[in-house]
Amino acid sequence: MADATPQAVDNIPPAEVPEVELYHPKSWWTKYVFSQDAKVIAIQYSGTAIAIGLVALVLSWLIRLQLGFPGTFDFITPEAYYQFITMHGMIMVVYLLTALFLGGFGNYLIPLMVGARDMVFPYVNMLSFWVYLLAVLVLVASFFAPGGPTGAGWTLYPPQAITSGTPGGQQAGILLMLASLMLFIVGFTMGGLNYVVTVLQARTRGMTLMRMPLTVWGIFTATVMALLAFPALFVACVMMLFDRLLGTSFFMPALVEFGEQLEYGGGSPILFQHLFWFFGHPEVYIVALPAFGIVSDLISTHARKNIFGYRMMVWAIVGIGALSFIVWAHHMYVSGMDPYFGFFFATTTLIIAVPTAIKVYNWVLTLWRGDIHLSLPMLFAIGFIVTFVNGGLTGLFLGNVVVDVPLSDTMFVVAHFHMVMGVAPIMVIFGAIYHWYPKMTGRMLNEAMGQFHFWVTFVGAYAIFFPMHYVGLVGVPRRYHELGDATFVTDSLHSLNAFISVAALIVGFAQVVFMFNLFWSLRYGKESGGNPWRATTLEWQTPETPPIHGNFGKDLPIVYRWAYDYSVPDAPDDYLAQNDPWPQKAPASEAAS
Amino acid sequence: MAIALILVVVVVGSIMFHVLSPWWWTPIASNWGYIDDTLIITFWITGVVFTLVILFMAYCVLRFRHKEGRKAAYEPENNKLEWALTIVTGLGVAAMLAPGLIVWAQFVSVPDEATEIEVLAQQWSWNFRLPGADGKLGLSDNRLIDADNPLGVNRSDAAGQDDIIIEADDLHLPIGKPVKVLLRSADVLHDFYVPEFRAKMDMLPGMVTYFWFTPTRTGEFEILCAELCGVGHPHMRGFVVIDTEEDYQEWLQEQSTFAQLSSPTKLSAAARLEE
Repeated sequence: MADATPQAVDNIPPAEVPEVELYHPKSWWTKYVFSQDAKVIAIQYSGTAIAIGLVALVLSWLIRLQLGFPGTFDFITPEAYYQFITMHGMIMVVYLLTALFLGGFGNYLIPLMVGARDMVFPYVNMLSFWVYLLAVLVLVASFFAPGGPTGAGWTLYPPQAITSGTPGGQQAGILLMLASLMLFIVGFTMGGLNYVVTVLQARTRGMTLMRMPLTVWGIFTATVMALLAFPALFVACVMMLFDRLLGTSFFMPALVEFGEQLEYGGGSPILFQHLFWFFGHPEVYIVALPAFGIVSDLISTHARKNIFGYRMMVWAIVGIGALSFIVWAHHMYVSGMDPYFGFFFATTTLIIAVPTAIKVYNWVLTLWRGDIHLSLPMLFAIGFIVTFVNGGLTGLFLGNVVVDVPLSDTMFVVAHFHMVMGVAPIMVIFGAIYHWYPKMTGRMLNEAMGQFHFWVTFVGAYAIFFPMHYVGLVGVPRRYHELGDATFVTDSLHSLNAFISVAALIVGFAQVVFMFNLFWSLRYGKESGGNPWRATTLEWQTPETPPIHGNFGKDLPIVYRWAYDYSVPDAPDDYLAQNDPWPQKAPASEAAS
Repeated sequence: MAIALILVVVVVGSIMFHVLSPWWWTPIASNWGYIDDTLIITFWITGVVFTLVILFMAYCVLRFRHKEGRKAAYEPENNKLEWALTIVTGLGVAAMLAPGLIVWAQFVSVPDEATEIEVLAQQWSWNFRLPGADGKLGLSDNRLIDADNPLGVNRSDAAGQDDIIIEADDLHLPIGKPVKVLLRSADVLHDFYVPEFRAKMDMLPGMVTYFWFTPTRTGEFEILCAELCGVGHPHMRGFVVIDTEEDYQEWLQEQSTFAQLSSPTKLSAAARLEE
């Protein structure tokens, strides 16, 4: 309990290592372009991720236009449709969500929140971004390659991914996709090692692990997981490239394509699926854990109340992270693997629901008896809880092996994962941007535009994805560019699809307003001051806003308490910053800074 | 206020949508009603949890909304409450998992009397093979597939000679008899999916996968492909017709065996020579 009470540290541990001189930029180029400042790198990461995310948004409109109004748009050929869904999925999961949470929020928040001057390896950190940018450019290049991008579905299952019945399978599309993924992993690894070492080695004095804000816990755990999971995808990419280019047969058994025997034999398509999902399932939590961490801090700050059950929250994050490595085959219940695996993976998968449920209870119990300010970050946090609870619960359908059998590969799955790892984490991203934008720019985002953005996005996204579960329950398989005739394809089903498409277009429009707000408020937003939300964590206590290179003043802050001292009885204010020594007096060096 | 109201609307709206909307699963035509039952249990448990959590949150937002002079409570932890919630959650999860695993045990235990049939998928059509009088399917291999032998049946295996071959046509099965469906693919991944049977399974080149079911209703049921298999994926359709025993026998008489299908090539060659 010592760490969870407002008790001040008696003796502050001495600084273990002398501070290293940072490389300060000498020119415009090294300050804004080839910058080694984690905060600049964070903005570069975020800008790139959001830019490529807009491409994915437009692709989602095209997908929905085809599904809602089949046959109306001639340019959406079957080939184009499969290319759209593939690129939409891959961009959203890897190039937007992973990059934005870890490269964007990780870079910006880790050094500030743990009280470090920068990441421990600033030069490698800079390289991480440039390799990521290269990965994005290679991905974009595939749109312009002969034959277009790959249309193999974001799961890239062989043999289909590299055969001629699939767009880009025998052309450049799949090659560029694999190359881009490999580059992404290289770039991520450089950044990821930085985040982990910074959290472990560069925390300021008094910042014990159990005093770290949950945001840092979430990003830290997700990064460790990503460092363990991405190599599986990397080797899968290498093996598939070899199969495609060198004629090896890692994933390719003897097969006959349109009456012609191909020169493959002995490989296993299911091996790829194991490698892919050994990466792919932790990937879900690589996106979710930073969101869990961030939303905890948003709720606590804006409800003026300590996060409920902090230690349980930390262990839930770590527990979910560990468990997520032994549940991957729940994506493969009907893949043709030995069906007896189903017993094991259904059990592990449903066990993971317990720590996840604890997190939900603790968020809601943080609201209970709080002092809830319905600011934009709080609204988005509430939106997150609704969509996450909904999406998490439908996960119990798909994780329970026998219930998965009729639902697998239907639109129910599409609705589930969009709700749980699309809408829910993106709600957190929006909440986080409204929350930290003032720190990054010194100005608040416009409230009216923000309200419009929240209401349309939250209500609209729910209206898209809740009914979509029932499209799948009826029997509609995923990845069908048109339904054709089937007993379950009724007029009412077509109208439901059209409704979903209209809702998707409206929600998409609200994002344009949000983008406009980001630029508009840069210039016309209300000035925020250094700590507009009266928050406790260290990033709000910097001498300058936005923080300059090196983050803190002459002396690094000393941490006396956990991150959640809101509404402490008898305290002078309704929050105590982590570097506030109350009820003791600050030591002389602290008082000076 | 608005947010509390919308939370209530979300809960009530979701429940009403679930109860009143016309979109529900297709009437079942196999023995896997257990799967539907497990699904219903899951709907109930998750529905109750969803309703309670969201309504409680709506209450909190309404009751503890910021007002001048309000101060939040200070309670970092509450071990009793946290453990109670953990245990209740564990019980809820067990209540879904246990029936699920029991039904799965049935799903993976194929009855001994089940007839083995084979489905071979290819881009983008379905082929079928039924055992002949010997009740056994002959060996097969993708490397043997050619124009005259679209299923790659091994010519030197005697058990395969009387196998019934159905190329890109409807599959017929008798009602009430358990079937073990052996699944093969000639090229890429496919998935044999008949919504009314509830069961489905991927098909992979180089492997034989399976599932079993007993048809419980006569009629014509559409086969869809449920694993992305290239641009023709949605158009890969076929039909399973569940017949009464007499109708099935009648249909069976009209089908050709592997041996019969192999010999006409020789016959027609001979006929051509005569001309």
